[in-house]
Amino acid sequence: MRLSYPANVKIVLVPCTGKVDVMHLLKAIQMGADGVYCVGCLEGACHYNQGNLRCRERVERVREILQEVGLEPDRVRMYNLSSGEAPTFVAYAREMTELIRRLGPNPLKNSQPAIRVEEAA
Amino acid sequence: MIVAKRKPFDEILRMIESHRKVLVAGCGTCVAVCLAGGEKEVAVLAAEIDMARRLKNEPIELGQTTLERQCDREYLAQLDGRAEAYEAIVSLACGVGIQFLAERFPKIPVYPGVDTCGLAVNQDVGWYEERCRSCGRCVLDRTAGICPVTLCAKGLYNGPCGGTNRGSCEIDPEQPCAWYAIHERLKGQGRLDCIRAITPAQEWRDTVPRTLIQPGYRKPEKAKA
Repeated sequence: MRLSYPANVKIVLVPCTGKVDVMHLLKAIQMGADGVYCVGCLEGACHYNQGNLRCRERVERVREILQEVGLEPDRVRMYNLSSGEAPTFVAYAREMTELIRRLGPNPLKNSQPAIRVEEAA
Repeated sequence: MIVAKRKPFDEILRMIESHRKVLVAGCGTCVAVCLAGGEKEVAVLAAEIDMARRLKNEPIELGQTTLERQCDREYLAQLDGRAEAYEAIVSLACGVGIQFLAERFPKIPVYPGVDTCGLAVNQDVGWYEERCRSCGRCVLDRTAGICPVTLCAKGLYNGPCGGTNRGSCEIDPEQPCAWYAIHERLKGQGRLDCIRAITPAQEWRDTVPRTLIQPGYRKPEKAKA
């Protein structure tokens, strides 16, 4: 079909959206990404039964966290489609891009976290 | 296993609002298994604190670590000489670990990042149900392996009470009556004589802070180190 989608969307491949962790999404926002969205298979069609449902729960948790820390929850979202729906994939990419454009840049972009991991001695 | 739940973020943020360098310390045992205070939860809390403080223009320096256990001196010792670099510590261990950590570093404020909720079984991923109140006098031999102290709303040693209602408790139809369950299981085992025997009241004076020294370990370690 050779459809094009907004160039600002960077794709991170995972074997299943069930692999996506709260910390993956949170870290992206913490490091300055304007938004992150997960695109999973249709609900009820997960090859691993619950992968996309688990992802949705984690996305919901991250949205709560964003609200708590003072950011817009809509910077993180979950979408579902089947692998044959390329036009839907493009529609989601455009929708997310428009949404983020309305929200504006992530204010965390201008500073860096100061976190040190203390390894066990 | 000991289970805990994360305190509301606002509460944690308020505890550390005056500090500019804070260590978030997790525990790799019970609270890690119940998804409240292990390595992953430490990373999430540190990220949350970092983002919230930067958004308020009050940046904070954070450390994150997860000890194998916070209820053992040998693991707490791993923070000696390093904890002192922080103004405060937020511990995600159970109440036991938080207190032992605070005892080890008496000059540093140690704040709880979780509420310890009890001793529970794992029913499913992230789903825990309390089964034991560690009362110090187990009666499970007479109650068919069902704890009335924990599972009966009144904690009755001799039940059921008049509020039992076709297997439910009077406080809530969704709440099973522990004593009904005890009766049914004892009946199935042909041991109904157990429910007829009277269990004397618990000596609650025993519920002062308890020290347990296992047989064969009669001499408690004197050294503090």
